[in-house]
Amino acid sequence: MEPIFAVTVAVFFATSIYLLLSKHIIRILLGVAIFGNAVNLTIFTAGRLMREVPPIIPVDLDMPAGATANPLPQALILTAIVISFSFFAFLLVLAFRSYQELGTDDTDGMRVAEPEGEELPPLGY
Amino acid sequence: MSTLIFRTTAPYLASLMVLFSLFVLLRGHNEPGGGFIGGLIAASALAIYGIACGVPSVRRAIYFHPMAISGSGLFLAALSGLVSLFVEQPFLTGQWITLNVLGVPLDLSTVLFFDIGVYLVVVGSITSIALGLEEREHA
Amino acid sequence: MAAETTEQIDLSAAMILAPATPADWLVVAPVAIPILTGAVLMMIRHQTRLHGALAVTGLTVTFICNVLLLMRVLGEGPQVMTMGRWLPPFGITFAADTLGASLALVASLAALIGALYATVDIGAVGRRYGFYPFMMLMMAGVGGSFLTGDIFNLYVWFEVFLISSFGLLVLGSEKRQLDGATKYAILNLIGTTLFLATVAMLYGAFGTLNMADIARKADGLRDAAPLTTLAVLFLFAFGMKAAAFPVNFWLPASYHTPRIVTAALFGGILTKVGVYGLLRVLVMLFPPERELLSGVIAWAAAATMVVGIMGALAQTDLRRVLGFVVISSVGIMLAGLALGTPGGLAGTIFYAFHSMIVLTALYLLAGVVNGLGGGYSLRTLSGIYTSHPAMTVFALLMMLAAAGLPPASGLWPKIMLVRASIESGLPWLAFAILATGLLTTLALGRVFILTLWRPQVDGTARVTVSPATGYLALLILSIPVLFMGLYPQPVISVAESAADGILDASTYIGTVFPEGGGQ
Repeated sequence: MEPIFAVTVAVFFATSIYLLLSKHIIRILLGVAIFGNAVNLTIFTAGRLMREVPPIIPVDLDMPAGATANPLPQALILTAIVISFSFFAFLLVLAFRSYQELGTDDTDGMRVAEPEGEELPPLGY
Repeated sequence: MSTLIFRTTAPYLASLMVLFSLFVLLRGHNEPGGGFIGGLIAASALAIYGIACGVPSVRRAIYFHPMAISGSGLFLAALSGLVSLFVEQPFLTGQWITLNVLGVPLDLSTVLFFDIGVYLVVVGSITSIALGLEEREHA
Repeated sequence: MAAETTEQIDLSAAMILAPATPADWLVVAPVAIPILTGAVLMMIRHQTRLHGALAVTGLTVTFICNVLLLMRVLGEGPQVMTMGRWLPPFGITFAADTLGASLALVASLAALIGALYATVDIGAVGRRYGFYPFMMLMMAGVGGSFLTGDIFNLYVWFEVFLISSFGLLVLGSEKRQLDGATKYAILNLIGTTLFLATVAMLYGAFGTLNMADIARKADGLRDAAPLTTLAVLFLFAFGMKAAAFPVNFWLPASYHTPRIVTAALFGGILTKVGVYGLLRVLVMLFPPERELLSGVIAWAAAATMVVGIMGALAQTDLRRVLGFVVISSVGIMLAGLALGTPGGLAGTIFYAFHSMIVLTALYLLAGVVNGLGGGYSLRTLSGIYTSHPAMTVFALLMMLAAAGLPPASGLWPKIMLVRASIESGLPWLAFAILATGLLTTLALGRVFILTLWRPQVDGTARVTVSPATGYLALLILSIPVLFMGLYPQPVISVAESAADGILDASTYIGTVFPEGGGQ
């Protein structure tokens, strides 16, 4: 299973980096979303893949009877998904607002904060 | 989005979804479910209500500002972690009491209140973002 | 149901049974108090009059807790609390050593002064928008980053302060702010996602996320796992957050756009969290890998400090000058990381204390100057010495501190770093530090001459905003700056103890795993 996941992760990373290199904010945002999912899959794969029983201890035992799947990556991924979800929601609102205000989603055109051809500071007085 | 069918059904749908979100929240005690997923269901219920009947009616319906709901959830979650200060155990250690309500044992724990806190945080923040977007759409 | 079963099972194999006294709670107090205050502030959104007082009170309590925590850490060694009393490495551990506790202390002081200044700078609209709640949550995130002992938890706290910083950055929704915030948000999100990817690979190699556990297992895994790759990725991810060259471009694009208090908090505190991450991970967890990368780090450090200060020389906007000064100060801190010697690391840690205070003060100074001279442009700001002579004292002190000249605090850490670089056989790094000091003197000296000494330029508007709160904030910040400059010995010994604590992690590991358990 691991090779398949490794290849999927690689494809995800490649796609997201390609999108992140774009000039348009909306493509960059799609790239960010895929980037987050690539990382989530990485965590999942790093936690070792197993087709075992779920990690639930039977009623009459103190410990699981045999090998179980690793529950920790799922908790980590859940946390990461929650965080990337809220970030993505915020970024969407931000991108939408800046598109409305600046009238462009082209990063080359977003020069309000750092205007081109700024004058140099005075050299003396 | 103000078709008659949608506007008529949306309030019922939203109230059902809120009810279901509470079920999911309490079910998370022992089975899959919990505060985050329940909060998301409730937030989407409010979003649907907002699409159908307009943002002002949602704001009236939830009475409190979404961020205030979020803040109260954060407060509740943090407080439920502080309870263990009084029994000399570390932060966020779960404390349990069993109440007998009409002969039925009812387990209450700080974990449950933490989960309710998470529910409120998620409802508040997602609703705030969703309503903000919907408002802008109509403006 | 849990209540019936606890009696029969021996819990000592899974849980910490020693009682946690209220003094142990000091470890989580710097996180819990800001969160609680922030939550209350969110609930009383409309009572904007109460916001300032509540936030200042919350941060004062946080500051006192940090002082007590640092005293305890210096007296008794690292302090540990594991959430939910699960045995580490299974529970999430909060572990305060000298490095984390001292940085948390200085950060909370800077934030307290920022909140004090904000009581006049942020009006009712900004407060209703949520300035104070965001600020408190940001400080919770910063405190959590400094005190956590779990690397995934470190990622979570990074995201907590990052998402709060987004909220602070767009407060006001001006065009410039949206532009700066878009770049800041996207680039920082990529940086932290990369951090998460690295944590995933680290988990794959180690099977644990507890930093003490990683530190003691690293030697056994050195042949089997690609630890150098992990170290490089951590360097890149934290370097991005610290705004080290060549991944510093988000900082000058955004730090001059928000409200000046926000910029003061960002410039003073946030980049140091990135530096802290580098120190914690590279020095404590992967020392041989840091050794291997030291050449790269040294070049990045030299480039960051020189490129940063050259940028400052070319700017007209006072806030943008300061943005580049922030970058060059990060470069100076990276120099100690590149050396990796006790002296170099102590210099870096001392410089981090100094730079948190001084950069916050410089941004607040810019805010006061804006209130007096009506703008941030060096072309129009002028003649403040004639109208407000007291400003000159503060400006001179802070600029001397930033340039590393006596009698202010910047002198000693620079001496420590220069000496450490010469001892390590890297005289060019020492030269870069000294050259940066000279260029900083030029850049800030010019700001000083133009804004304060120059006679009033004709036709410039004169705004009369009362600078009283600004004076108070600057006065409080001058105390540590002068103290560190005139009587540096206690601070140097704290910095040295912090450096020893991360160079030899055995005390830290011994505190998290008292009986060597949890193998």
